[in-house]
Amino acid sequence: MTISRREYDFQAARHRLEGKAKSAGEKLTTIDDAVARVKNGDHVTFGGCLFSRTPLALVRALLRRRPTGLSISRNLMCYEGEWCMVAGAVDKIVTSWMGIGLPWGLSKIHREYVESGRVPMEEWSHLALGLRFRAAAMGVPFLPSLTMMGSSLVDVGGSKIIDCPYTGEKLLAVPALFPDVALLHVHRADRFGNCQIDGYPHMDADIARAAATVLVTAEEIVSEEEIRLHPDRTVIPGFAVDALVHVPYGSYPHECYGLYDADPDHFSEYVDGINRHGAAGVQAYLDRYVYGPPTHVEYLSLFGETALADAGRRGRELVS
Amino acid sequence: MSGHAHGVTPNELLAVMGSRELKDNTTVFAGVGAPMLASGLAQRMHAPLLTMVIEGGIVGPKWKPGSLPISTNEMRAAYRAQMLPGITDAFLLAQRGFLDVGFIGGAQIDRYGNLNTSAIGGSYDKPKVRLPGTGGANDIISLCREVIILTVHEKRRFSDTVDFITSPGWLSGRDARRKSGLLFGGVGRVVTTMGVFGFDPESRQMRLEALHTGVSVDDVKTNTGFDVHVSDTLTTTKPPTDEELEILRMLDPARQFL
Repeated sequence: MTISRREYDFQAARHRLEGKAKSAGEKLTTIDDAVARVKNGDHVTFGGCLFSRTPLALVRALLRRRPTGLSISRNLMCYEGEWCMVAGAVDKIVTSWMGIGLPWGLSKIHREYVESGRVPMEEWSHLALGLRFRAAAMGVPFLPSLTMMGSSLVDVGGSKIIDCPYTGEKLLAVPALFPDVALLHVHRADRFGNCQIDGYPHMDADIARAAATVLVTAEEIVSEEEIRLHPDRTVIPGFAVDALVHVPYGSYPHECYGLYDADPDHFSEYVDGINRHGAAGVQAYLDRYVYGPPTHVEYLSLFGETALADAGRRGRELVS
Repeated sequence: MSGHAHGVTPNELLAVMGSRELKDNTTVFAGVGAPMLASGLAQRMHAPLLTMVIEGGIVGPKWKPGSLPISTNEMRAAYRAQMLPGITDAFLLAQRGFLDVGFIGGAQIDRYGNLNTSAIGGSYDKPKVRLPGTGGANDIISLCREVIILTVHEKRRFSDTVDFITSPGWLSGRDARRKSGLLFGGVGRVVTTMGVFGFDPESRQMRLEALHTGVSVDDVKTNTGFDVHVSDTLTTTKPPTDEELEILRMLDPARQFL
């Protein structure tokens, strides 16, 4: 499995963007309307990082449409990648690392699907994947870098080493990655899609510029005036956003910086299900948390008000 | 196994020995577990002007004792940070040359300090064991001025060859790393639960330079999958002191990583 031309075709990506409306107008819509923009076979990039600011509400809504043939990418892929595997939604996963974290060990689902050859994992170093999004955000086909050379990762990803035109030294030409769709979760936005993120920015701003279609959920929809009072905090311009949905706790049980902490007990519960039932454990989880609840409110009620309030308290404490 | 004397756990030993490798007025790229404890310990012992940079795009955090991060990308890892530049830009600080030391580990390591955290056995496309992947390890070993590998010492880890080079050490030795395009950095030390290795400056092969108290050269040879070269000036490390252990246990009272 190596990179495909459409991932780094900067001319095609440019023409696609030029041919698209870049409206300063209303972006607010429903989550089902937002994810209806994803087509089978698309390359979809998830924002956030590992269990931080993961666009889980969007991922759930996307999976409810039973998509197929997707490529998905994320710098560090958490268990939402496993959902996509078990749901039969993906043909390829592009990431630098996949799992939840040290306490949960190796992911059995990741192992099962990759070892059997069912879903290939295209592996890049963390920086290289960041530079793939940045190259695309800059509208260029590649960026030179000093990372990854000499390693086996160069061969499996199909990246190229070039001679520097000035110094003659070797450089890794990290190919751009222009996704078809970006799924992002942010702290706040106005209804025109001008987005602000608190805390660590992860790679979201680059991903928003790289993708052809940008779908955003926001913890809070604020007034236009509030955005204009703090424009320095805006990291994604409204004209880059295609659809915006108001989803408080939109990445829960993953964390959202300063607003709520992650719920590691829930991760353990999820992994317990896999330890007992393998992929069927994920399927049961999807039935309960992804396909089951008809609304986001009903999804949150599966966790209960106490858990949500507690996560909120911990989240606020960690930034005070 | 040795290293457990006086109730010292493998991770305590690694954190203490790792911390002693860090100097004051420097910067370190540190991941969760032993590297973060080593860095936190060094700051409290001999390196108060050491700055940590964390993979989650975090510069200069002051982690809260008892509230250590389980991921480099969560709020605990960013607690009281000085700057949150984002992931790509944190790594670019290393590419620019701002990072003196990086800590990494790995499932397999060979005599040249090459590490595998990707796939073991079979083919890369259908491996026997698929591991999580590089994450930032490849970037850290490619871009920091010096990398220190912290690892439990087991024969299956210290392997004659690695199945996949996720993180390039000295590659096939001598000037292979430089020739591959990696103009900077390299593996300086491999700190294990049995001793401390350096690398021969010519051949770039791993060389045992110090043993931890109670460990013999034969112990190391028995637990290593390749020929162990021993330095002419082999020494013994000073065991972890009470002060060092107290600080570690203060940082991680629940022993999440100890």
